[in-house]
Amino acid sequence: MADYETHAHDVLVVGAGGAGLRAAIEAAKSGARVGLVCKSLLGKAHTVMAEGGVAAALSNVDDRDSWRVHFADTMRGGQYLNNWRMAELHAKEAPDRVRELEAWGAVFDRTPDGRILQRNFGGHKYPRLAHVGDRTGLEMIRTLQDYAVQMGIDVHMECTVVDLIRDGERIAGAFAYDRDRGRFKVFESRAIVLATGGIGRAYSVTSNSWEYTGDGHSLAYRAGAALQDMEFVQFHPTGMVWPPSVKGILVTEGVRGEGGILVNREGRRFMFDDIPENYRSQTADNEEEGWRYVQGDKSARRPPELLTRDHIARAIMREVREGRGSPHGGVFLDISWISSKMRNAPDHIKKKLPSMYHQFKQLADIDITAEPMEVGPTTHYVMGGVRVDGDSQMSTLPGLFAAGEAAAGLHGANRLGGNSLSDLLVFGMRAGEYAAKYAAETSPARIPPDEVDAAAKVALEPFGRATNGSSAEGPYQVQDTLQDMMQDLVGIVRRQEEMQRALDGIAALRLRAAAVSVTGNREYNPGWHTALDLENLLIVSEAVTRSALERQESRGAQFREDYPDKDPAYANFNITVTRGRKGEMIVSRVPIPPMRDDLKQIVEENK
Amino acid sequence: MTATARVAGVGAGAGAASHDVVKSGQRAAARSDQSAGGEAKRATFHVWRGDGAGGEFKSYETSVSEGMVVLDAIHQIQAESANDLAVRWNCKAGKCGSCSAEVNGMPKLMCMTRLNDLDLDEPVTVEPMHAFPVVRDLVTDVSWNFEVKKRIRKFTPRAPDAPDGTWRMAQSDVDRVQEFRKCVECFLCQDVCHVLRDHQKHDEFIGPRFLVHVAALEMHPLDTENRVDELRTAHGIGYCNITKCCTRVCPENITITDNAIIPLKERVVDQHYDPLRGLVRLFRRGK
Ligand SMILES: Cc1cc2nc3c(=O)[nH]c(=O)nc-3n(C[C@H](O)[C@H](O)[C@H](O)COP(=O)(O)OP(=O)(O)OC[C@H]3O[C@@H](n4cnc5c(N)ncnc54)[C@H](O)[C@@H]3O)c2cc1C
Ligand code: SF4
Ligand code: SF4
Ligand code: FES
Repeated sequence: MADYETHAHDVLVVGAGGAGLRAAIEAAKSGARVGLVCKSLLGKAHTVMAEGGVAAALSNVDDRDSWRVHFADTMRGGQYLNNWRMAELHAKEAPDRVRELEAWGAVFDRTPDGRILQRNFGGHKYPRLAHVGDRTGLEMIRTLQDYAVQMGIDVHMECTVVDLIRDGERIAGAFAYDRDRGRFKVFESRAIVLATGGIGRAYSVTSNSWEYTGDGHSLAYRAGAALQDMEFVQFHPTGMVWPPSVKGILVTEGVRGEGGILVNREGRRFMFDDIPENYRSQTADNEEEGWRYVQGDKSARRPPELLTRDHIARAIMREVREGRGSPHGGVFLDISWISSKMRNAPDHIKKKLPSMYHQFKQLADIDITAEPMEVGPTTHYVMGGVRVDGDSQMSTLPGLFAAGEAAAGLHGANRLGGNSLSDLLVFGMRAGEYAAKYAAETSPARIPPDEVDAAAKVALEPFGRATNGSSAEGPYQVQDTLQDMMQDLVGIVRRQEEMQRALDGIAALRLRAAAVSVTGNREYNPGWHTALDLENLLIVSEAVTRSALERQESRGAQFREDYPDKDPAYANFNITVTRGRKGEMIVSRVPIPPMRDDLKQIVEENK
Repeated sequence: MTATARVAGVGAGAGAASHDVVKSGQRAAARSDQSAGGEAKRATFHVWRGDGAGGEFKSYETSVSEGMVVLDAIHQIQAESANDLAVRWNCKAGKCGSCSAEVNGMPKLMCMTRLNDLDLDEPVTVEPMHAFPVVRDLVTDVSWNFEVKKRIRKFTPRAPDAPDGTWRMAQSDVDRVQEFRKCVECFLCQDVCHVLRDHQKHDEFIGPRFLVHVAALEMHPLDTENRVDELRTAHGIGYCNITKCCTRVCPENITITDNAIIPLKERVVDQHYDPLRGLVRLFRRGK
């Protein structure tokens, strides 16, 4: 093995968002030697961008809330494809995880009697999201970051893991490059936690940053673990649509939670037009009731703008397709209308939604206290991820764990807003705890030197490729083509024939990706890094497409135009993908174990 | 259901609001159509290219369109003609504080700097922050900041207020620290502060970002630590002469000087130089 910088840890956590930080903290608490790796600077992960809040049944604002209602809401939102054990643990443990953050220094907004305030969000029956204005993610990541740093955890910033290294059937470590200098690093570790976030960069309209190239998904898959639920990609209903350069940037659901309404070009509040059967009894049937709900009236039902994201995204698509959209291909989201209901509305809006106010003012030159916003669906979150055990978060590959957006199970077919931040805390902690336990119980692993050398050779190939004039292609072109193709062919509305075309497209792009060449040297070279991301993007794109083809029905985030209805035959299994011996992708249906009776009863009680 | 839903229970206010939505939406559209009328304009960017050993401005031309920000132009240049141009970014919405640079000589977040606020008849210069060593192109080595934070005494809460282990705080008390906690760690304030930028006192002065951090801890309603000694010694608060440059560049509009630094300076003075005033304050607070 050539001479690489080597680090030894008991537990290596890949990813320093909420899930990774929480995992690292927990593993370190148990005495393990913990290493933490992240692609960006510390504190810049996606978690920093989360706005609306963290879901936890603290019952501070409405005492009818409880873990049982949270559990039932999560299962209904996920169309019962959720790992119910995870949904149970999540609902039960989230309140403690949020209170713990306060003990570590987080400062949440308060109720009049001084407790943590909670706000309304889509799919949650009662106000449940603890928040800090609309910068909850920043509060969370900063608190965790500072706590982890104070604990003395080793952080390797701007360092990207490109391969997991196995020793026979077990995990032995990871191979990475540092962004600064482009040098390779080898991490020896008995247990690894993947907390790498999502895959949104596989699409062209997305709220996700350059980091979201599905690295953890792809690393796990290549190492032999199973991925699950990959067909379920969440399109958040409200991304910015104008000006073009901000297309896709998120507009928090908090806007609707505070009373924002969706209106088409005819001025019609179209969300009242089509309320799904399973939510009808919980949804207001007139505007007055909806307004009373967002004002905290406990006898009122929630407005249809607070239905689940999949439903709203499709309703918006329908308005746009049928010619009732806004000038730039979205619809209107209006919070300014509350001026007619409330004195000091502009100040109220600025206080409750400060960063939205700021974002529209600066990027679109729009004052949201006086004018509506134009919004449309944007790729936002992936429910699918590494298949894990509900209690321990261990994948199907011993020693490899996953948590947060990189793991699957909790959200089923559709995630409720706010359930991601709580997911990170609950399962980040569990992954850290069990990974440390696993590491303590196993012997040190051995890194096979030839594997490392092979990985290094592959990583450097884009530099060596012949650049014979104009035929040499850079990585950005391949990335753009893939993003446009996925957006068109495997987006919000899906059809068999289009997805077949996408599979051909992916195969063709794989050849192009294998031939891209990069210029410059290894130091902080984004072209090179993009070239290395391509394989991951292609793997997750293929996984999404194949899983979506397998699920011949519409459910949650997946809408198949050729199978527009929910099919009970698809209600009892998850779809997984694994890598076959020859590198082919194997799609399987894995039955969901029957729900425990006590949990079944909770679901019934909350129908 | 359709027609009735709209009519049933539409309060006068809500009905009127829906109508206004469309009117002002059309206004917005008209405004953007006006500006989007012409064909794409070209603009020139002088981007600093180089590394720790040195470098120079290189000139790039690219097309600009409605609503673009500096970061868009940099990305376009990267995709078109400089694949290896190094730049940091994550959120593109002013939330992560990654894309700090100096645009036409001013410390800015590139993702929040709109091109139509700049004079595009002149070349736009984009260069890395000056107070930190260059890694490559627009990327600087800001690791010093992460080291500084480790030296600050950590949050230590008082015992919980309620038997269930929770605390009670009034919104009016948390408002003050929430202002400081908005910090996105872009380090633009560090970049502009002359103590760091011109005098390179990185060993003796923690800089405005971390004075804000200390203020957030000191004024945290639950915190029980006292960091006043270090402020004066290890943190070098005395170097700050309140020129307010830091406040002017903060993209989060944190009133760094008036709300964080000056009150901290007062604490230092109270505790160290004027025992009598300190006593009076203590007495007042007790009341
Ligand atoms: C704009 C926006 C708003 C949102 N608002 C909310 C909200 O209000 N409530 C809510 O619950 N959810 C919200 N979400 C979703 C939520 O923020 C994310 O799902 C969540 O933060 C993911 O956290 P994570 O810890 O799994 O991953 P992240 O926070 O994304 O962290 C991933 C980490 O992995 C690292 N990484 C990735 N690949 C590699 C690699 N190969 N090598 C090394 N490191 C790697 C990255 O550098 C990063 O540190 C929002 C998301 C967005 C984009
Ligand atoms: S006010 Fe103080 S901290 Fe701010 S820039 Fe001036 S000297 Fe630096
Ligand atoms: S205080 Fe303001 S300028 Fe300084 S780092 Fe924080 S956000 Fe940036
Ligand atoms: S990219 Fe996040 S602040 Fe500019």
